[in-house]
Amino acid sequence: MQAGVNTIAIQGIDLQVARQGTGRPLLLLHGGDGPQDPLPFFTRLTEHFEVIAPTHPGFAGTAIPDHFDTLEDLVYLYLDLLDVLALHNVILMGMAMGGWVAVEIAVRNTSRLAQLILVDAVGLKPGDRDTRDIADIFGLPAPEVAKLLFHEPAQAPSLTTLTDEQATRLAGDRIAHAMYTWEPYMHNPQLRYRLHRINVPTLLLWGASDGVVPVAYAEAYRQMIPGATLVVIPEAGHLPHIEQPNVLLQHILASVAR
Amino acid sequence: MQSWFFTEDAYPYLPEADTYESIRVNLPNKYYDPDKGADLYHMYLDLWCAADELGLEVMVNEHHQTATCVVPAAPIMLGILARQTRRARLLILGNPIANRSQPLRVAEEMAMIDVISRGRLECGFVRSVPYEAAPANVLPFRGMQRLWEAHDMIVKAWTTHDGPFSFEGRWFHARQINIWPRPYQQPHPPIWITVGSGRSTIPVAQHQYTGAVFLAGYPRIREIYDGYRAAYRAAHGQEAPLDRLAYAALVYVGENAQQARAGAEKVLWYMTSNKVPQHWSNPPGYHPPAIAAQIMRGTRGGAGLPLAPRLDEQMARGNVFAGTPDQVFAQIKNFWEYAGGFGHLLMMGQAGFLTYAETLASMRLFTQEVYPRLQELTASCDSERLQALRACQPDKEFADLGAFGVEFVR
Repeated sequence: MQAGVNTIAIQGIDLQVARQGTGRPLLLLHGGDGPQDPLPFFTRLTEHFEVIAPTHPGFAGTAIPDHFDTLEDLVYLYLDLLDVLALHNVILMGMAMGGWVAVEIAVRNTSRLAQLILVDAVGLKPGDRDTRDIADIFGLPAPEVAKLLFHEPAQAPSLTTLTDEQATRLAGDRIAHAMYTWEPYMHNPQLRYRLHRINVPTLLLWGASDGVVPVAYAEAYRQMIPGATLVVIPEAGHLPHIEQPNVLLQHILASVAR
Repeated sequence: MQSWFFTEDAYPYLPEADTYESIRVNLPNKYYDPDKGADLYHMYLDLWCAADELGLEVMVNEHHQTATCVVPAAPIMLGILARQTRRARLLILGNPIANRSQPLRVAEEMAMIDVISRGRLECGFVRSVPYEAAPANVLPFRGMQRLWEAHDMIVKAWTTHDGPFSFEGRWFHARQINIWPRPYQQPHPPIWITVGSGRSTIPVAQHQYTGAVFLAGYPRIREIYDGYRAAYRAAHGQEAPLDRLAYAALVYVGENAQQARAGAEKVLWYMTSNKVPQHWSNPPGYHPPAIAAQIMRGTRGGAGLPLAPRLDEQMARGNVFAGTPDQVFAQIKNFWEYAGGFGHLLMMGQAGFLTYAETLASMRLFTQEVYPRLQELTASCDSERLQALRACQPDKEFADLGAFGVEFVR
């Protein structure tokens, strides 16, 4: 194990990977809010697992590779990462958009995976064409988005207190987030026809107050992934790793121990 | 200097601005009265026909889901004008081809207009403003790359005459391209592309297309035009012809200063009405991260507040030319010399509540008393003299552009 952030060259991309802690390997895929290694939740996680947390290219000031256009580019990048690191028995955990990436990996190949954990994941289109299943976070004022993301919107970081550098990084994250999710918006229409292929235990962890993809959305995922279980986390929105890091960790540990 | 009459075809009969979030994208169309809308369409078409008769050229554009411009399909307007005008060049500025799912449709529409008008089409392509991302459902990231790929497909469609070819690009695909009709002008209609920075002019200059600048004013015009001229020189080993540069501004000419000011204040509606919150003005990937960050933090425009541009300030910036014929000529001449010259003046001569009669009066004065002097000005200049004139004027210092104009950054 190497501590800290490494750069791993894959597909000609200098992929930033935070790799920290000891224990079973846990591949952590972040959501649109960006890499989690600065967060307390990440530190707690490394006390129990060898956490491998890549930064999706385009986030945190990294470059978007010229050939990247879609979320599928991330999926194959991380399938390659699993091979390059020769990981086995991996707990694959993804948050929000990262959850979608995790599902797409799992429907392709679970041979290196032991378990799948999805936290407020997007990627599915459970409703019909006239139903807005996933809130359009790119088409709402920032305070409205904060209400959807947080159980307690006061938790949302204030844009006005950011430094220029932090704000520029956030703006870059937003570009990458949009590139991976723009159209079809935050979902893959074919995904529902592939979820039956997931043959590892799957745990869905969901913020009770998630306004982006509400608990009903999680229920659709639960019904379509064979044997999946759903645990709803009170007093958390779309980002339980920020609002309820300890409760989230307890559920992860309980599920891994089973 | 060729001068072009332009109006955005606004629908100005709106409730108080504080009752809605945005004039663009999500303003409910229950506020649009089709009866009033029909009258407006006919008034605008009449204005363009009048421009044709006066000796001005004609320019149309398009926007989507907005009361500021109720022409979501500029080729329809241009199709009408191709038949109803007699002599004017017909500029569409332009086709938002980065946002089109199938550029071939644009190639076909433009070829039709060119043939109907017997070769009077000037075909503009634009990346378009940020508020177009949501209506088009197209991510603005890599918009310029999309624009150029669509352009390549269109030009090849216009200039291939021996049966189908295949084009399978990164974004646009067609395997049996063979358009009917083909354009009237050979090898194809003149092409214009909007530019907003020195860097964005490079491919436009390399193609020898006309680069059109909207409202960059004194603060930014030199960077953009100098960029074009340098890129043209580098690519072609000679100075860019004057007619490869165009400038768009708001224009109102009056009999006296008071009348001119009243008219210009009405045209200024184009700026004052532009209430747009930042989730529409700052879509991901339109602005580079540093600019997007400034908008997010509210230190640069677009934060949901109605903008408050003042006429005097906009005139000082070179975004509005307004006054008596003598004053307007002096303003344009000064800006033209400062800019190092350009060959086309794109005049937004109507906006908001400016009536047909008020618009026509200004256009008449312009045509009779300003236009001949402008034509004389451009006819008698060479690039050496222009550069000497430009050198006489030191760079003007302006405060940050602030709210207005950021949508033209590329």
